[in-house]
Amino acid sequence: MSRSPVEDWTTDFDHTDPRWTADPYTLWSELRRTCPIAHTDRFQDGVWLPTRYADVRAIAYDTETFSSRRVVIRDRKIEPPHPAPPITSDPPDHKRLRLPLLPPFSLRSVAKLEPFTRAACEELVNALADGETCDGAQQYAQHVPVRVMCHLLGVPASDGERFRHWITEALQEGIHDMPRALRALQAINAYFREKVEACPGGTDDLIGYLLAVEPEGRKLDRDDIVAILRLLMIAGIDTTWSAIGSCLWHLATHVDDRRTLAAAFRDGDTRAVDTAIEELLRAYAPVAMAREVVRDTELGGCPMKAGSMVLLSFPAANRDPEVFPDPDVVRLDRAENPHVAFGLGIHRCLGSNLARMELRTALDVWLARIPEFELVPGEPVTWSEGTVRGPRRLPLRLLGGG
Amino acid sequence: MLSVARQGARMPDEARIEVVEDRCQGHSRCVAIAPDLFDCDELGNVVLLGDGRVSPEALERARLAVLNCPERALVLREGGGA
Repeated sequence: MSRSPVEDWTTDFDHTDPRWTADPYTLWSELRRTCPIAHTDRFQDGVWLPTRYADVRAIAYDTETFSSRRVVIRDRKIEPPHPAPPITSDPPDHKRLRLPLLPPFSLRSVAKLEPFTRAACEELVNALADGETCDGAQQYAQHVPVRVMCHLLGVPASDGERFRHWITEALQEGIHDMPRALRALQAINAYFREKVEACPGGTDDLIGYLLAVEPEGRKLDRDDIVAILRLLMIAGIDTTWSAIGSCLWHLATHVDDRRTLAAAFRDGDTRAVDTAIEELLRAYAPVAMAREVVRDTELGGCPMKAGSMVLLSFPAANRDPEVFPDPDVVRLDRAENPHVAFGLGIHRCLGSNLARMELRTALDVWLARIPEFELVPGEPVTWSEGTVRGPRRLPLRLLGGG
Repeated sequence: MLSVARQGARMPDEARIEVVEDRCQGHSRCVAIAPDLFDCDELGNVVLLGDGRVSPEALERARLAVLNCPERALVLREGGGA
């Protein structure tokens, strides 16, 4: 679909504009200085875009004014909203559906998945390391979360291709094409409904767990389980794929950082590795969410009417110089880094421990086997469009020395 | 109680870490930065290891944990008594 190019980003922004896709950071930086809460009418009922850390924070905490009933901005709102609890839930329902999901994604549960993740990364990287070039996004980054999610859900890894297709339809093409978004959501529902119906119960995968768990003394109903599984699949793949891909892009283009991080992994310097990973998460936080204003309010002098939407850009907050000095510079040893890559408040990314483990493991395994690599000159890197940012084509030249 | 008596004796320059009620959302940043001071339960909520007193050797880690918590759920009271 062709849309007119944006001329005034303060009153007519578009997060699907090619300039945003190519480099949102420069746009956010300019907006933060000139108009820290921008607006657009390109999407139904209008959308606000705060770019300051403090405003993003205030909105994330005010769940009574800024509802999660819609978390994706589309040309036309889907009516009725398609619930994907608990990400689309507000208090008080939110808690009942979120609590049972926390233990399977706790630090300790996630640590148990690391050997599987490491083996998957090693298999992937071994298939690439002897070649001269590869696509870091297509042939590595995207496969890591797909394999882990399939393992976690207890579904075949070969279904990963369908997942990726549905996610692109739901989150990317579906921004401007509602029938397509709905078709993808329904296809995912049908897929998981079949898996849930076929599950004998008592299995030690996530579907078995969700069928058995009884938050507040009653079991989850099947519709909620299907919606939760759909959410986990959508939220667990695209996002981590994007984070791993962005990090590979950074390491391909910043030789000093590449060598510093590789050395930290090699030396087993957990502290340095953790600090570096958090900095990469800050700089390349892949996910923005949305909120719907449900009662008239005002923020930073902007009158926000009930029904309008907010693009809640955690990535923009992470580049606010008020909180992060030299925000556009990646400093792998940045010690003070309260970044919000995983959101803030009651909707803190459920999979944050999992995402960190996957990202750390994927980079560790890659750098151990392919310590030297760079972009292929003349071959374009392409980036996803919309609210999850990461490279979709990342042609890399492997320089040997591994 | 013994601990109170000891606290009383050492209070003036002793640092203490506190969790602000209901703010922790389970980012686990503090656990990664200072695993000797923090743990988390299966719901992700921070759990203080020990009674919140921070030894001089752990002070820098405690400061970093506070500065990196995106929810501002930790407070460090350094010296100066209660």
